[in-house]
Amino acid sequence: MYRSLFSRDVFAELDRLQREMQQAFDLSPSIRGFGRGGFPALNVGGTPQSVEIYAFAPGMDPAALDVNLDRGVLTISGERKASLPGPDAKATVHISERFSGRFSRVVSLPDDVDPNAVSAAYRDGVLHISLKRRESAQPRRIAIE
Amino acid sequence: MNEKTAVTKGSHTAAGEAALIPPVDVIEDSTGITLYADLPGVPKDKLNLQVEADSLTIEGEVGLTIPEGMEASHAEVSLPRFRRVFTLSKELDPAKVSAELKQGVLTLRIPKAEHAQPRRIEIKVD
Repeated sequence: MYRSLFSRDVFAELDRLQREMQQAFDLSPSIRGFGRGGFPALNVGGTPQSVEIYAFAPGMDPAALDVNLDRGVLTISGERKASLPGPDAKATVHISERFSGRFSRVVSLPDDVDPNAVSAAYRDGVLHISLKRRESAQPRRIAIE
Repeated sequence: MNEKTAVTKGSHTAAGEAALIPPVDVIEDSTGITLYADLPGVPKDKLNLQVEADSLTIEGEVGLTIPEGMEASHAEVSLPRFRRVFTLSKELDPAKVSAELKQGVLTLRIPKAEHAQPRRIEIKVD
């Protein structure tokens, strides 16, 4: 009865639909699940010399962020504190959309990444991890004698 | 004249461009409203807050340092811009809004106007 009276959130439905479409088209999903939609959001890019990962994790204490590289798998984990008041505070929460709690995201890296040449910086709420590719794997122009 | 057209044109395109909607928390207590917005990658100088009549606009541009020649292979933050508009109610005092941007989180404090704050009403008995 209520379903018909109050139709469900249209945007949530669209979101679900989009996810299902994505899963339907992704014939070989990763064993670690569908990559999208977690916290922090990730952007990944590459240059011939490096692999660049941007994790959008605003409002973190850099000490509470953990970046681990193990056998070609990069894990970004940590905990984000909630800004919402406790249950006994005299305040009303009108909107609560921001993520809080523990999180962990995993990126499997290309084989040519050098695990000893990794740098990470946290600025304006974005964690930027830069991984150098191995010298030997970089494109080279070969001189013809 | 020329300058003015440029300004209006600029603000028009800014409002029309596609932007991401930042997630927010809005908490109200007896003295006002606190708003937290996630704006990762937005530096202070690219954040634009506007209070006009009874609407509050939060707008920010993402400024990442991207190495030259980088090709994106996976992007969940697909646009370099955030925008969200809220309608304020009239008991809030837009002149006293205070804002702080720290590590990509915007904290806005909008106090209620003096006259709108709760007070105990005395009942007179004759």
